[in-house]
Amino acid sequence: MLAESDIAAIAITLKLAAISTVILLLLGTPLAWWMARTRWRFKVLLEAVVALPLVLPPTVLGFYLLVALGPHGPVGGLMEWLGGQPLAFTFAGLVVGSVIYSMPFVVQPLQSAFSTIGQRPMEVAATLRASPLDRFLTVALPLARSGFLTAAVLGFAHTVGEFGVVLMIGGNIPGETQVLSIAIYDHVEALEYGHAHWLSGALLLLSFLMLVAVYTFNRRFSVVKI
Amino acid sequence: MTIEGRFKINREEFLLDVDLEIPARGVTALFGPSGCGKTTLLRAIAGLERSDDGFLRVGDMLWQDGTNFVPPHKRQLGYVFQEASLFTHLNVRQNLEYGIKRVPAAERKVSMERAVELLGIGELLERATDGLSGGERQRVAIARALAISPKILLMDEPLSALDMVRKREIMPYLESLHDELDIPLIYVSHSPDEVARLADHLVLLENGRIGGTGAIGEILTRFDLPLAHGDDAAALIEARVASHDAQFNLTYIDFLGGRFTVAHRALPIGHPVRLRVAARDVSLTREHQSGTSILNIFPVVVDEITIEGNAQVMVRLVTEGIPLLSRITRKSADLLGLEQGKSLYAQIKSVALLS
Repeated sequence: MLAESDIAAIAITLKLAAISTVILLLLGTPLAWWMARTRWRFKVLLEAVVALPLVLPPTVLGFYLLVALGPHGPVGGLMEWLGGQPLAFTFAGLVVGSVIYSMPFVVQPLQSAFSTIGQRPMEVAATLRASPLDRFLTVALPLARSGFLTAAVLGFAHTVGEFGVVLMIGGNIPGETQVLSIAIYDHVEALEYGHAHWLSGALLLLSFLMLVAVYTFNRRFSVVKI
Repeated sequence: MTIEGRFKINREEFLLDVDLEIPARGVTALFGPSGCGKTTLLRAIAGLERSDDGFLRVGDMLWQDGTNFVPPHKRQLGYVFQEASLFTHLNVRQNLEYGIKRVPAAERKVSMERAVELLGIGELLERATDGLSGGERQRVAIARALAISPKILLMDEPLSALDMVRKREIMPYLESLHDELDIPLIYVSHSPDEVARLADHLVLLENGRIGGTGAIGEILTRFDLPLAHGDDAAALIEARVASHDAQFNLTYIDFLGGRFTVAHRALPIGHPVRLRVAARDVSLTREHQSGTSILNIFPVVVDEITIEGNAQVMVRLVTEGIPLLSRITRKSADLLGLEQGKSLYAQIKSVALLS
């Protein structure tokens, strides 16, 4: 069965995924909206940067984040200078890492949903007296709802499943930064296969259920374009 | 009331450079072949297309000049796109209400009920948009644009995406808008037939420039413009139903130059109609023929003659100020001794009633 530290790991994982998903949606929506509509010449560069975590080994990403967030890195240094703590080996650091790591999984479905809508419904709304913000809220968001569902679930699930980045920047502090995937790794290293089974099974079931939910709600839409 | 606009829009494919002045009443058609800039001009009027030093005034509303640009959502206009473009996340009623809700109560002149009734969509209100036929969609889109009580209604080929049957389904609704509402309508079209039915005023566009502009009857018969040439050349005559003849099953229609006799049409006395007289259906005689089966004969004066191909000429005739076209052979023109100012009789073999 589950040890106390396992339950803490599950709680931390869910909390991390939930917070990261909310932040990702808040940041990803304007970014995806802009990328879907801009004709900026260097848009491809930004798209490549957003997509980097898809191809980069998580340890590489984690390494750079560790350097940046640590006391001698630019972000960590800034935090210290502001009277705070460096973010490395803290829960806040994990959130920063997760947001960057899962960004493509949120931005790409949103961008594709916004592109699919196209310019026309927005123009129609404009001729029906809707201001830019009004038409974004009342036309673009509802028409992109399946994209949002996909983005939220993928962002959440991907954060739940992350390992390398967390290990690099979060360390492995039980009750603080130890997440599910790392707890499983620890159990396996300690040859505690029973514990590893329980946690792995729970993760498998959770991931499966989330994807079933996406496909059920999104049957009319071609989902998961990654 | 006029609509004055100056736009210079440079796109990769083409340049739109127009200086426009049209009456802010009735139906003005922007007419021309595909790619001539009709849609771009309409979008510029709506503010959907921006030109840097453009100018636009609609009646007393200044929508654009060197320093101001009123964004589309602050212009009191209605726009019907080529494809109906209904909001798919809303049903028909919600589509209509979307615009109405955003119009201040004091500006609401056309009620939703009136728009629904004019376009005949009462049955569709609770339906989802993806269950509608193409014709139904377009009617909903027109009602939606109308229901926000626009000061001007812009339509971008609202019929072009539809087949013949659907076109015939919508045409009467468009004609009733024309007859019943006092909202100026600017209508983009490349179909001579639609234009002949609906337009009062015509703006001819060619390669992003204005080829000619004026009342439709005048534009259709101006020899310096393309519409007065070719097989489809025709004059339009505004007229009214005068009476019906029960014995021969005929309807008499009066215009400034006299009275037309046509096969019976069930229209009330006094109803305005538009007659289309094709140039190829008009022959000319020196004297008023009595022994002929042709009933519609009018005294006319030759206004202008132009060579049409190898063997024919196109003649513009005038009767009481109303222009008519006649296409006859060069030989006939020679035999009749046609010249400007000559008085003749026009025999009209057939005439089409457009509304």
